[in-house]
Amino acid sequence: MRHALRRVQAQVRPHLNWLEIRPPARGIPRLGLRELWTYRDLGLILALRDIQLVYRQTLLGVAWVVLQPLIAMLIFALVFGRLAHLPSDGVPYTSFALAGLTVWTFVSSAVSAAANSLVQDRDLVTKVYFPRLLAPLAAVLAATVDLFITLVLLVPVLAIDGVVPPLQVLTLPLWIVGAILLATAVGLWLAAANVLYRDVRYVLPFLLQAWLFISPVAFSSSLVSDGWKWVYNLNPAAGLIDGMRWALLDGPSPGTQLAVSVGSLFLLLVSGVVWFRAAERVFADTI
Amino acid sequence: MAEPAIQVENLGKRFRLGVGTATYDTLREALARAARPGKDDRRELWALRGVDLEVERGEALGIVGPNGAGKTTLLRILARITYPTEGVARTRGIVGSLLDVGTGFHPELTGRENVFLSGAVMGMRRREIRASFDEIVEFSGVERFLDTPVKRYSSGMRLRLAFAVAAHLEPPIVVVDEVLAVGDSAFREKCMGKMAEMGRRDRTVLFVSHDLGAITRLCTRAVWLEGGNIQAEGPPRSIVSSYLERATPGRLLDIEFNAEPDAAVAVQRVSVRDGATGQVLTVPERGQPFTIEMAFEVRETIPDMRVALILVDELGVVVIDDDVRDRPFGGALSGAQGAYVVSATIPPLLRAGRYMVRTWIGNDLGDSLNRDLLTFRVGPRPDDPQEYMERTRAVQPEIEWKVRREPML
Repeated sequence: MRHALRRVQAQVRPHLNWLEIRPPARGIPRLGLRELWTYRDLGLILALRDIQLVYRQTLLGVAWVVLQPLIAMLIFALVFGRLAHLPSDGVPYTSFALAGLTVWTFVSSAVSAAANSLVQDRDLVTKVYFPRLLAPLAAVLAATVDLFITLVLLVPVLAIDGVVPPLQVLTLPLWIVGAILLATAVGLWLAAANVLYRDVRYVLPFLLQAWLFISPVAFSSSLVSDGWKWVYNLNPAAGLIDGMRWALLDGPSPGTQLAVSVGSLFLLLVSGVVWFRAAERVFADTI
Repeated sequence: MAEPAIQVENLGKRFRLGVGTATYDTLREALARAARPGKDDRRELWALRGVDLEVERGEALGIVGPNGAGKTTLLRILARITYPTEGVARTRGIVGSLLDVGTGFHPELTGRENVFLSGAVMGMRRREIRASFDEIVEFSGVERFLDTPVKRYSSGMRLRLAFAVAAHLEPPIVVVDEVLAVGDSAFREKCMGKMAEMGRRDRTVLFVSHDLGAITRLCTRAVWLEGGNIQAEGPPRSIVSSYLERATPGRLLDIEFNAEPDAAVAVQRVSVRDGATGQVLTVPERGQPFTIEMAFEVRETIPDMRVALILVDELGVVVIDDDVRDRPFGGALSGAQGAYVVSATIPPLLRAGRYMVRTWIGNDLGDSLNRDLLTFRVGPRPDDPQEYMERTRAVQPEIEWKVRREPML
């Protein structure tokens, strides 16, 4: 009897909390980390779904994730290395390009997945409550699988090119975390904008292309003159890719300009979260 | 044990309507607006204003009101899908929906994967889903197809699986918005059963339906929402009957509806006409045959379309529910895109009183449209004694009596 009672109480207790629903407060919204944590399972399952979908719906499946950076690497090596003779910091161009592509393919695919996350899950946003941040976060999480696959791909390519990673390869996790944060920051900005404005979808591919051109994926940062370096490093991708090459290929150290990249990444991330949380208030009404 | 489960104070929700039909902005427009401040010419609409409401635990509250009264907005605020513009709402525990089943289902994923996805979307932890997984599967009856992508399921199978997930969630406050529900009547019957069962287990239920009979049957209390305000609240029976009475007497029963450019099917005009002359009536008299005429437009083809007219009286009793199924209309009512006019002649059997006309358009696969059209009053005959109005009877057809006298044995 008492046992049964305790069971009933255990069922009822979590429901006894009052949830208060008020108009959104003006000013800077709260992060809501605790709530995000209670919904972590949903985030995980959404990410799993995205991964499963990639491998199920595409003709090439997993091969696509491997082929995409490989083909890009070969094209870059051919066009920029062989034909344009761009310098590659003394490393074979294939390794040089792939090191940059690890960051870039991840960031660009994660950003576009995150940007479309809410619009694609329109059904969820209009029908159930969940912390909206989860949608873009899950999209970025799903894309990290690609990041790790490209990193694994690096091993044979470096071996073929005869590149031995230097000691600072131990800093690799830092650059990976940086890339994830960058994808999250830009993803949040674009995900919210995509809900609010319907032309963002069309601007997105162009935006990513422009971003590629100002990031040192195909070229080396050493081409940028010192006077312009700090402006150039306002693009966090520049600092991250330089750091990645430094860690993997013993490229030139990113130097003091790295602080500029880290600073602007931080700013982008904080503003991204704030803007997303502020825009979130009207998602269900506008999507 | 009066313990509140929901408290709503002065709740209001304002929508901004976009210029023209677009409700979705472009970045270009937003930038143009920012460049010229003060030129914001978007209209505003209060979908809900000044709503006060308290619901106790274990209560089943029915919400009635015409389309656009703010019923769905109220439920969406309580479910935290959208924010209010003013006021406060408090709910004791989370608000879950019983009819938004299959939310989060993805056609490319298998049944098994979708159970997890849908469960998580509706607030279950993975551990909980795993614990009740076998039960869910058994309840759904689709064991054999668990590893088949849901896109290959029949719509019935998909619905059964989705409902099995929803039935295993037991949020303390349940919202049943039947107005938005899709699915066949058997499925809806199942939901109603589940709902009644939840009420018995001390769950608080909010029920929105056009089926006024279901509201009087299943709810312990009702509110009438109209124009974003609560018009009245009280016992379901009296609310339903005063809701039906709102039709102003003396009004011509000929209504044109808003264009609804986005709807797949839209009713354009409904009228009640004299059966013989075709003239629009204001108050048909008891015993007078009349015709309900409805013009509608089908914008997305509905294969094997069926149209039904439903008449509900002030007690919530469905007096007539008639469907064109199995009648030889052929191509005239094919369901292809285009404009249609249907008219149904109601035989002289209604008693004097208030009625609501509802329509349903759809096919065996589901509903395309399910909405209230108009309310009207059937007046007494001039020579009817007063007691005719006071006695309860479902129908009052012209009964032919015969009398003869027999010699006593």
